Amino acid sequence: MSEVKASMAGSVWKIIVAEGDSVTNGQDIIILESMKMEIPIAAEEDGTVKEIKVAEGDFVNEGDVLAFIE
Amino acid sequence: MIEKILIANRGEIASRVIRTCKRMGIKSVAVYSEADSDAPFVSEADESYLLGGPRVQESYLNTDKILEIAKSAGCDAVHPGYGFLSENAGFARKCKEEGLIFIGPSPEVIQSMGSKVEARKTMEAAGLPLVPGISRPLKDVEEAANIALEIGYPIMLKASSGGGGIGMQAVHNEEELRKAYEGNQKRAQMFFGDGAMFLEKLIQEPRHIEIQVLADEQGNAVYLWERDCSIQRRHQKVVEEAPSPFLDQATRSRMGEAAVGAVRAIGYSNAGTIEFLVDSEKNFYFLEMNTRLQVEHPVTEEITGLDLVEQQIRIASGDKLRFSQSDITLDGHAIEVRIYAEDPVTFYPSPGKITGLKLPSGTGVRHELAIGETSTVTHFYDPMIAKLVVKGENREQAITKLEKALGDYQVDGIKTNIPMLQKVVAHEAFKKAETTTNFVEKHYKQSTISS
Repeated sequence: MSEVKASMAGSVWKIIVAEGDSVTNGQDIIILESMKMEIPIAAEEDGTVKEIKVAEGDFVNEGDVLAFIE
Repeated sequence: MIEKILIANRGEIASRVIRTCKRMGIKSVAVYSEADSDAPFVSEADESYLLGGPRVQESYLNTDKILEIAKSAGCDAVHPGYGFLSENAGFARKCKEEGLIFIGPSPEVIQSMGSKVEARKTMEAAGLPLVPGISRPLKDVEEAANIALEIGYPIMLKASSGGGGIGMQAVHNEEELRKAYEGNQKRAQMFFGDGAMFLEKLIQEPRHIEIQVLADEQGNAVYLWERDCSIQRRHQKVVEEAPSPFLDQATRSRMGEAAVGAVRAIGYSNAGTIEFLVDSEKNFYFLEMNTRLQVEHPVTEEITGLDLVEQQIRIASGDKLRFSQSDITLDGHAIEVRIYAEDPVTFYPSPGKITGLKLPSGTGVRHELAIGETSTVTHFYDPMIAKLVVKGENREQAITKLEKALGDYQVDGIKTNIPMLQKVVAHEAFKKAETTTNFVEKHYKQSTISS
């Protein structure tokens, strides 16, 4: 199982996948927004989205876990 | 003459416009969000009014509230700054309908430059050289592949409504094109609500050089030389200078004449900027037109001695330009660096509270500040917290001043890109003016890894 972490502080702009979806390495799963910059966060391995820890609009800090993939 | 201006913006550009208003004896009105109530621009204006919550939809994009305040405060004009509503044709139109002067060009012109494909078409008709490509949206990936084959690889695939590098990708062969097409289209649809794609030939290692123009409502237009903005990170400018160390006088004149010709052809008025890509052979190609004041306008002010905000206000008041092309001077060399609240290595935003601020001083050092000594930089807006502008008799002297000023610049409590700027400015390639748009990838990332 791998953790998907926030690469910057900001708010969760969009969640593109749902729990249970299968994703591939490099596929965008969540988009963070901070200071007018949208950063897509991608899965780093093939697998299934086990859990999404955040909701759209949540504020996250750099390094916070956003989702688990297994 | 305009007597009272509402500034529909925040940060350093709001302060910048207020400064010129004061000098001209014009009353200024600031509007701000809850997140900005302690920002310097709020107290600098003659009057200031709360717009609403920190989100831009509730505040700086809240057109109804902004117009309501403008009218109840007795303003006769609105200055949109850059970003936010500055290139929003609908807002410019609403201002007009409410009897307010929008300090900028007409809504029709703003609209025609708003879509990249539309702007290509308009400027092609106005006689500007374009990067080889198409001036209409692609039907599908098959059409993209056929056209790419005709033009020849490498190709730059672009979203018509794109910005900030989103929906844009360089591709070197058909396989890459097919792979990139759908993803970029999806991303453009998601970010801009418009998945229209087009393509252009990729200009390799280009310079980004833009021409500043001023045009009055009587049809007179001049160009105020160029700005070289080749040094970018994530498709955003970081270092800007004027004049460009790359242009010779003949190319400068050709680009300026072309820009002024285009401005006349499209009926442009007020301050505007035509951006060009310039290749190694000094061929230049139209990139886009910004129908507003640019972030980097101070370097043009430094070498021409003109106040661009003053010129904008005069033009919007219906004044004729008081000078012609032959009156425009070019004196010395100016460089601007943008100070961002961001990690200097990853370039990711770094919001937080500023605990200390020490600014360099001296002749030829100019500051445009969004922050004070104890400001909080929130995650709601752009990461640019300040601009540092230096002027010297020549480029070498300006660089020396800039290196010193950056060394004396101190922001505590948050991460900034100052260490990155120092490395760029100290780099041999920068000093030799080998500044192309891939400078940061080519020189900075390498030096970061090796140091």
